This record gives sequence, C-alpha cells and structure tokens, in this order.
Amino acid sequence: MSMFGELTSILQRRRRGPRERLTGLARTEARWGLLFLSPWMIGFLVFYLLPMGAALVFSFTNLNLVHPEETIFIGLENYRHLFNDPQVGKSLSITVRFLLIATPIGVAWPLILAVLLNSKSLWGKQLLRTLYFLPSIVPIVSVAYIWNGFLNTQTGWLNKFLEAVGLPGPEWLNSTIWIYPALILIGLWGVGDSMLRTLAGMQSVPTELYEAARVDGAGPLSSFWNITIPMISPMVFYNMLLLIIGLFQYFVLAWIIGGPNSNPAESTLFYNVYLYKNAFSYSNMGYAATLGWVLFFLVMAVTIVLFGTQRYWVYYAGEDGR
Amino acid sequence: MAVQSSAPAQSAPVLSMRMRNFLIAASLTLFSLLLLTAFLSPFSYMAATSFKDNDQITDPTSPLWPGRPAVYVHKGETVTYDFAYKEKADSVTLNPGDEFDLHSVPDENGNLRSWALVVKRRGVSFFIDPGNPGAGLIEWEGEWRTLQPAYQLSLRWENFVKAWNDLKFLRVLRNTLIIAIGGDIGTLLSCTLVAYGFSRFRFPGKDVFLVILISSIILPGFVTLIPTYALFQRLGWVGTYAPLIIPHFFANAYNVFLLRQYFLTIPKEMDEAAMIDGASPFRTLLSVILPQSIPVVVAVAVFHFIWAWNDYFGPLIYLSTKPELQPLSVAIQYYNQQYVRQLFMVQATAMLGLVVPVVIFFIAQRAFMRGVVVTGVEK
Repeated sequence: MSMFGELTSILQRRRRGPRERLTGLARTEARWGLLFLSPWMIGFLVFYLLPMGAALVFSFTNLNLVHPEETIFIGLENYRHLFNDPQVGKSLSITVRFLLIATPIGVAWPLILAVLLNSKSLWGKQLLRTLYFLPSIVPIVSVAYIWNGFLNTQTGWLNKFLEAVGLPGPEWLNSTIWIYPALILIGLWGVGDSMLRTLAGMQSVPTELYEAARVDGAGPLSSFWNITIPMISPMVFYNMLLLIIGLFQYFVLAWIIGGPNSNPAESTLFYNVYLYKNAFSYSNMGYAATLGWVLFFLVMAVTIVLFGTQRYWVYYAGEDGR
Repeated sequence: MAVQSSAPAQSAPVLSMRMRNFLIAASLTLFSLLLLTAFLSPFSYMAATSFKDNDQITDPTSPLWPGRPAVYVHKGETVTYDFAYKEKADSVTLNPGDEFDLHSVPDENGNLRSWALVVKRRGVSFFIDPGNPGAGLIEWEGEWRTLQPAYQLSLRWENFVKAWNDLKFLRVLRNTLIIAIGGDIGTLLSCTLVAYGFSRFRFPGKDVFLVILISSIILPGFVTLIPTYALFQRLGWVGTYAPLIIPHFFANAYNVFLLRQYFLTIPKEMDEAAMIDGASPFRTLLSVILPQSIPVVVAVAVFHFIWAWNDYFGPLIYLSTKPELQPLSVAIQYYNQQYVRQLFMVQATAMLGLVVPVVIFFIAQRAFMRGVVVTGVEK
C-alpha cells in the first residue's frame, strides 16, 4: 500500500478491545521492536518535535543569533508585526497564486506523460520512460542555470524558436509576469517521480476490469474515465499532496534565479525567500520562527482539507463499501 | 466467382487492421520523440553552449551547435589568378597561409557547394573549390552577402578546463563525496534498523508510530529550520559537515517506508527459522533479511546519494562561511553569480554539476525507478 493509503487505512481501522497484558515472550519482542525503532524516535524528538516546540517559543522572542544574549520575550509582538508587514502579504500572495496555477499543471503533466508512455502501441517504451525521467535527477542548481540560459531573451533557444515560427518571444525571467510561467515550465522537469508512480498505478490495474468493461460496451475513453482514473486516484492524491507541500516551501529556484533581491522587482519573493532573508540576511530569528509557524499552520490546514476531500475522489482498493 | 470475391473481402480488413495498428504505433512513437526532443532541448542548449565562445553565442547568424565560420587556407606556392570584372581585367594573388571564408553556394545544377570566397564584387563573386583548388576561380553571379556562411564544428574544450580549475573541481568533488557518502552510511544503517522494527515485530503503539512517521513528511522543513540551526550553532557544528551528515543517522520516512515495504514481502518463516536456530534479531537482519534485499538497499543508497549531491539548501546555510568545505551545488552557484555574462562558463559548470548523478542514474536506473514507485503505489 502507498504511504497515504496505509495512513488512511490505519486511521479508519476500528479500535481493538481492551489492551491485553503482554506475556513474557511478547514483551521481549516488543522490546526488540522498540529498540530497532529508537534511531527514528530519537531523530523525531531531536529534529522534529523539539524544534517545533522551540520554534513556538522563539516566536515570542526577539532572538537574534548575532547577539543571542540580548534575547527577551516580547509576547505577541512578532505576530502583530507579521499581520502588519506588507512583505508578508506580498510574499504569501505570490506563493499562493503560484501554487494555484502550478498545482493543476503539475498534476496534469505527469498524468499526460504516463498515459502516453503506458499506451500499448508505443515502441521503445523503456527507453522513452528513462529519458522522460532523466531531467528529474539533474541537480537543482544545474537546472536553474540551464533554464536561465535557455530562456535568455536574446541568446536562449526558446525565444529563437518562437521567433522562427513568427511568435513574439516573451521577456521570461526579466518580466514580473512571465517569470511565473517560466518557473512553471522549469518545474515540468521535476515531475519524473509523479510520472513513474502514475505509470505504475496504471500498470497495476487488473486487465480483467478492462475486459469486463469492453464486454459491457465501454469505449476506450469511458474505460479510462471509469476504471483508470479511479484506480490511479491514490497516486494522483499522493503526487498532488507532495506537490502542494513542496510548492508551499518553494525556495531554491526562486533564490538562484531571482537572486537576493528577488528580481525582477521582487516578483520572486516567495514566502520562504522572505523567511530565509529574515533568518540569515537580517538575522532576525525570532520573526523567522514566527513566519515558520504560520507556514506550518497553513500547510496543516491545507493537508487536513485535502485528506477530507479524499472520500469524494480517491479510491483505495480493498476498502469495504467503496 | 463467389470464392474468389470473398477472399479479398475477408483479408482486406485484416490487412488494414494491421496497417492501422502500425500507423498508430508509428505516429504515437514519432509524437513521443518530438515531445521528448522539445522536453530535453534545454539539455541540448546546455551542451552546445558550454562548448562555444561569446561570439558564437551572440552572433545571430551562427548555428545552434558550436560552430565557427569555416575557412579555406591556401597552401603551396603563391598563385595569381586573372579574372574580369565589368569587362576590366583584374587579378588576385593567393599567398600560402591566406584564409578565405567558406560559403554555401548553389552551383549551375542548383546543388549547394562549400566554396571559398576569394574575390568579392558587387553582383559577381569568384570562388575556389577547396576540394579542387587547382581548377582555379569559379565565377558566380549574385550578391555574396546573401549567401549562408559555411560553419564547421569547433568545440572549445578550454571552457571545461577553465571551469574545472576555477571551481577547484577536485576539492569540491571530494567535499560533495564526503557529504553524500557520510549521509549514505547513516541513512542505510538507521533506515534498515527502523524498517526492520516496523516490519518484523509486534509491539503496542506500532500503528501510532507508523502514522507519525508518515505524517512527518508533511511537516515543512522551514518550520524546524531556525531551532535546528540554533542547535547546530550551539553545538559548534555550523561551518562543519556535521549538520549535513549526522541527522541522516536518525532515519527518514521515505526510505524507512520503502525498506519496510520490501521487508514485508520476505516470508516470515525464513527469519523464524533463523531465530529458532538461536540467531539474535540483529543476526537475522544481517544474514536473512539484508541478503534478500539488495535491490532495495541499492535503491536507497542511490536515492540518498543523488539527493545529497543535489542538496543546495543545507550547504548554503551551514557552509556559507567555509568556501573550502563547500560541495558542488553551492560552489557552482557562487561561481556563476560572478560569471553571468559568460554564458558558456555558466553552462559548462552546469554540465560539470550533473555528470555524476546522470551517470549513476543510468547505471542504477532499474533499482532507482522501481524504488521511486514503492512509496506511492498500492500493492
């Protein structure tokens, strides 16, 4: 089962009866199990739980790593500042608007590729899959510079091509509007994982389902819509959730392409770029921790809502009554 | 007659069916290849540009591939050719070592030939065929400026030599390898142990732990960033490799889940048999589970290696004050901030940055691509 499929099924499982006392042998087994889990438990405590708590505490202070000795509690000052900080509204709006456009594209594109690469009548499938996946393993710094050159308005190939077919070449990375389509275009290079998962999902659909549908007179479109889509919906959900969480944390491409000034004209000032600047350029750690906690709330809220929508469109095989 | 007429009537649909399938497959494959060419064209851009110089990049008439105007060099003795221009006699002298640009010129049959332009005049020009220089001047009527210059492949390997030296590639490579391999050891050790615990032992709260483990991938890293950074600073780890290696000794959700899924497919009877023979759980993991899990262990090792190779954010915040410890990702970015004008150097360094992951991916692609699938697919 997929990670989220597992999660959903554990959460839906009925509670068992009263806890039994463990016998001696079972107690030994439990001790071994917990021993093996201990690296993760320590890691979870040290790198997740405690930092979460500490971030909350920091958010009520003016912590500044250059002068940590001057740290004092300032109550809700950081939160008050956050709500009045025009840069927060701006960066949040950039992040959310980008997310709203990039998510449907980032869900659809790997789906389209998977349909194409799964089709029965295609030669050299294995090679094509490998090559379509290839851009996903290119280091992000190389990706940023390759596209930076490719989208160059004078010497880049995309505008040369557009010119050749008689279309005006946009300003891409120099335009406060075209920068977003450019970043989405770059993002299309990173969908290899989603594509492979969708593809594997399509291959795991039992062929009897399609045969039964054909006997019932369903055409290819109808069986795609009524069989393939429900059967791959868990992978689409998984891909979408990871994509949205990733987009909330959009940083590296914006930072390398936009630079510290978030060029052009602060259009690449994504939320996390602003957080990073507060933490490491202005050394304002207390405020950065506050920004982090607000981000956490946003991501949690969106995740919970998305999990709630699962029942309307995600089909987990093997569930009763679904 | 009836038999004869029914035979083609029966075979025609079969034949056209086969023909149709062939055409569908051919056009679909062609479409995939065209889309792939477009999808990967930034790679071609990088590869071509990294071998160019500034003139080749900025000159709008130069080809997309790294070419420079081809020239014909006169060899042998000094030769003087006589010709007539506007009914006046004239002559041209070719000394050894003289260079003339090659152009694509249509000959009398309309075929394009690569000829060296020796005499430029208005309305008429004189060429030499480099394949047959002894044949003398060839007269061609037309404006030579309308001709396409001929280009020849010219790869500037110096760009890579310069990138290699400027980046201090060997040092940077060593740093990257220390971070990637150090983290790999931690990931493999810890994730194997945790996955073994999740897949082979019954204990109270196992489901809760699994839920917490899976949920941890939802947590944005930026939330824990500040306290984690403060902690590492307090420990004196900022400016060392420790923050980039040590945390990987404490397992992560993706790889634990991947290994657990694989371990669950190994029949439990096998480790029970080992246990009955008196093997401890550690011994069982080492001698029964791991030998059967080579593909997934390879997948995890490759995942982490490529992830660590690509990681930019970690080294950016923890090694910003220590250039001598920086890995490739940060080194390339710092270098290119200063060289944005030299596009060929930017692309050469981008190329140096991706060679190793791409090679490793091609070697281990089967294990790698299968591994990607496991965390997100039913069954």
